[in-house]
Amino acid sequence: MSTTNGTISAPEKVDFSSDQEIRWCPGCGDYSILKQVQTLLEQSGKKKEDVVFISGIGCSSRFPYYLDTYGLHGIHGRAPAIVSGLRSVRPELTVWMITGDGDALSIGGNHIIHLLRRNVDVNVLLFNNEIYGLTKGQYSPTSPEGAVTRSTPMGSTDHPFNPLALVKGADGTFIARSMDRDPKHMREVLSRADAHRGTSLVEIYQNCNVFNDGAFEIFTEKATKPVHTLFVEQGKPLTFANGTKGICIKEMRPRIIDIGPEFSPNDCWIHDERDNFKASILVRLFDDAHKEGAFPRPFGVFYVNDRPTHEDKMSAQVKLAKEKKGVGDLDALLKGEHTWTIG
Amino acid sequence: MSTTLHKKTVETRANVVILFAGDSGDGIQLTGSQFTDTNALFGNDVSTFPNFPAEIRAPQGTLAGVSGYQLHFGSVEIFTPGDQCDVLVVMNAAALKANLTKLKKGGTIIANSDGFDKKNLRLAGYIDEADPLTDGSLSNFNLHSVDVTKLTRTALEGTTLGMKEKDRCKNMFVLGFINWMYSRENALTEGFLQRKFGKKPELLDANMKALVAGYNYGETSETFTTRFEVKAAPMPKGTYRSITGNQGTALGLIAAAQKAKLDLFYGSYPITPASDILHELSRHKNFGVLTFQAEDEIAAISSAIGASYGGAIGITASSGPGIALKTEAMGLAFMLEIPLVIVNVQRGGPSTGLPTKTEQADLWQAVHGRNGEAPIPVIAASTPIDCFDMAFEAVQIAIEHMTPVILLTDGYIANGSEPWRFPASKDLPEIKPNYIKAPNDGDKFLPYLRDERGVRPWALPGQPGLQHRIGGIEKQDRTGNISYDPANHEKMVHLRAEKVARIADRFKPIRLDSGPAEGELLIVGWGSTYGAIRTAALQLQAEGQSVAHVHIRHLFPFNKGLGPLLKKYKQVLVPEMNSGQLRQMLRGEFLVDAQGLNKIQGMPFTSEEIRAGALNLLNA
Repeated sequence: MSTTNGTISAPEKVDFSSDQEIRWCPGCGDYSILKQVQTLLEQSGKKKEDVVFISGIGCSSRFPYYLDTYGLHGIHGRAPAIVSGLRSVRPELTVWMITGDGDALSIGGNHIIHLLRRNVDVNVLLFNNEIYGLTKGQYSPTSPEGAVTRSTPMGSTDHPFNPLALVKGADGTFIARSMDRDPKHMREVLSRADAHRGTSLVEIYQNCNVFNDGAFEIFTEKATKPVHTLFVEQGKPLTFANGTKGICIKEMRPRIIDIGPEFSPNDCWIHDERDNFKASILVRLFDDAHKEGAFPRPFGVFYVNDRPTHEDKMSAQVKLAKEKKGVGDLDALLKGEHTWTIG
Repeated sequence: MSTTLHKKTVETRANVVILFAGDSGDGIQLTGSQFTDTNALFGNDVSTFPNFPAEIRAPQGTLAGVSGYQLHFGSVEIFTPGDQCDVLVVMNAAALKANLTKLKKGGTIIANSDGFDKKNLRLAGYIDEADPLTDGSLSNFNLHSVDVTKLTRTALEGTTLGMKEKDRCKNMFVLGFINWMYSRENALTEGFLQRKFGKKPELLDANMKALVAGYNYGETSETFTTRFEVKAAPMPKGTYRSITGNQGTALGLIAAAQKAKLDLFYGSYPITPASDILHELSRHKNFGVLTFQAEDEIAAISSAIGASYGGAIGITASSGPGIALKTEAMGLAFMLEIPLVIVNVQRGGPSTGLPTKTEQADLWQAVHGRNGEAPIPVIAASTPIDCFDMAFEAVQIAIEHMTPVILLTDGYIANGSEPWRFPASKDLPEIKPNYIKAPNDGDKFLPYLRDERGVRPWALPGQPGLQHRIGGIEKQDRTGNISYDPANHEKMVHLRAEKVARIADRFKPIRLDSGPAEGELLIVGWGSTYGAIRTAALQLQAEGQSVAHVHIRHLFPFNKGLGPLLKKYKQVLVPEMNSGQLRQMLRGEFLVDAQGLNKIQGMPFTSEEIRAGALNLLNA
């Protein structure tokens, strides 16, 4: 089906790409995410017609047009609500939601938190580039305080959101972070997200090379990545800096330790993605990476919880109502409980 | 008992308007609705008007806290809750003060004298706490002062209930008494109480006792020598039930979804006076009804759009301020060209306005209130029963024409009730979704390839070979792909407008509600003014005036017969509960010199106001 799209897709990947020309800026981190999603879809064995992509507004939200699945490009911030309605009536479909830091956390802030608490089964990809791209360079709710942008020439006066702490606060059931510059990691995380039943939220650090180039450089570049990132794996100790440092919990607080004569990896905190308490700490490892003694920024799957999905609970009520009252009889409904007859 | 009974005389009345009023915690709405159901069951035609404050428990005894329930019942056809009351039942001084102007000269007042103590008189604003029950100021009326509180307490002596709980049974005493006064039985209310308090035997017992005590009080009291009888109305033969407008809307939506063989998804955020639609729908999950109480109005409509995209019929409802919030999403649904129904149960505006009062001031919002050119069909219900028909039609148009549809009702008909000779499901038309099962252009699928009505196909996710992407961005004709081509945009604006305009092709020919096919004056109404206009028009015709009445159900697009009809009368009068929104539309569309009769008081027109307005024009 696909003809264009030569920029990013290897020949064997054409199956899930649409015939639409991709209109992101050259060098945008979005290409990398699109490629990983396409690869994942192909490997998943799902049928194209059973997959739906829903998005809001922003650069990232053009994503659905580039996949040969069903797609709905919605309005700014409202994708979570559109998803909720779709999932309620079509729980058998696989639904992905594509959003950005402005779409999800600013204009759509009220919807994303309710999507999370309801636990609607959807894979949410939150492209975080800490800037408004499509409107050309205003600060976003994740831009650091003091960020100089087109709308904040003297620096932003807003304190930014810590997106995953917000997600944790809203009782998200799958919380993860990845980055555009680490495709392998991203694919693994996306695969886990797809497998989870419930709202899987993956924050993806995505470089906007036009308006906010290098925002995540410290986490993505070879020279600084080992010291400033912490890749968590289930059952493994939290170590970083090529195994020379680790994180332990002491007196209820996370601390950085040097692995060596004094501490071994066994002294580190062992990652347990089912641990609610530890997840709350992990999402709070959000220091300004440029400050001395900052905690490394965690990546990977932080938290998984298997509570029932909203649509399952809704369907269960419909099923129960049908069992108790019988499948709706329209004539009985129109008649109501009290009638009288004339003539 | 028979010895006392024979003293009482029974007078027959053709119709009676009774207004129950009291504090918003006095159970007035329940009393009124029970008496309504009793009369409807007996065979009267009825029309009701509940009128209550926005506060759940406004300060007791104050004018702000007065709740009212007006009922018009008769052995004749009834179209309105009545202009003026024959009987005013008041539980306290504030209720009397707030409603006395609505009582006919010589009308009957039944007052709970306990509600006229110094505190109540002061709160109601009676100067120097002068008691109207004793100072002679009500001598033009037939006044009955009854200590309902004391009588209720006496009747409940020996029960274990506390004083507060006993006093809560006052409304049942009043209802029992009114049942006696109008020769009705307590049976219906007894059944209601058994269902309501079945699990609380003490409360059931107390309410039953109060009800019977009220009835017996009428029987035995020396003061009441007359009871009244309102014979059954000559209603068309059939089986009836009572229905409010919001119930009618909910049932119409379900019936239509059933006739389209679709699940119904209702996304909504609570708002007065639309919430009862949510309450009603949430009880009927066994009809495949999914109700979603969203986090806000925007999520409510957006979730409904998601549901429609998935192949259910997505519905949302609200009132004016909530509709304002939904505006952007309506534009999206318009661009997606998917079925969606938006119900606006109008209330007084602007902004928060008068949440519990009625108005018709959202017509322009419905017709024009979107960015860009985004025409959406707008239809309006005129009575509680008509809410059923119009809700059904809204779903029908939405599904068969792949478009969002706005249904306007208002607080007056949403809360009002009337007897309904409900239809049989087999008599309701089937609704046919415009499904597509296979590619429509060789092996390609063009999601915006239109049929002869301009309607695009409905391709549901899950169907192989029909994968497509749609969105709010301007799209290329036929393919639906993003397009910024100038000529294409203009073409698409026209195509979408034509599609909506062609919906008028399905409307039945326009029909006068009453009056001559041509003549001096045509009264053009829409929405809930129907009863008042019909009553006034029939009266004017009986008085020999050349007056006709047409009631518009389709506000956008208009019925094609409307323009020619308007030209057949020398004058056109448009009564509206706004400053003249339909009037302006008629002028703009048809170049007629339509005159307005406008009332913006949060209250419906009386038929006399309409009659006077018409005469004013006829005699000018």
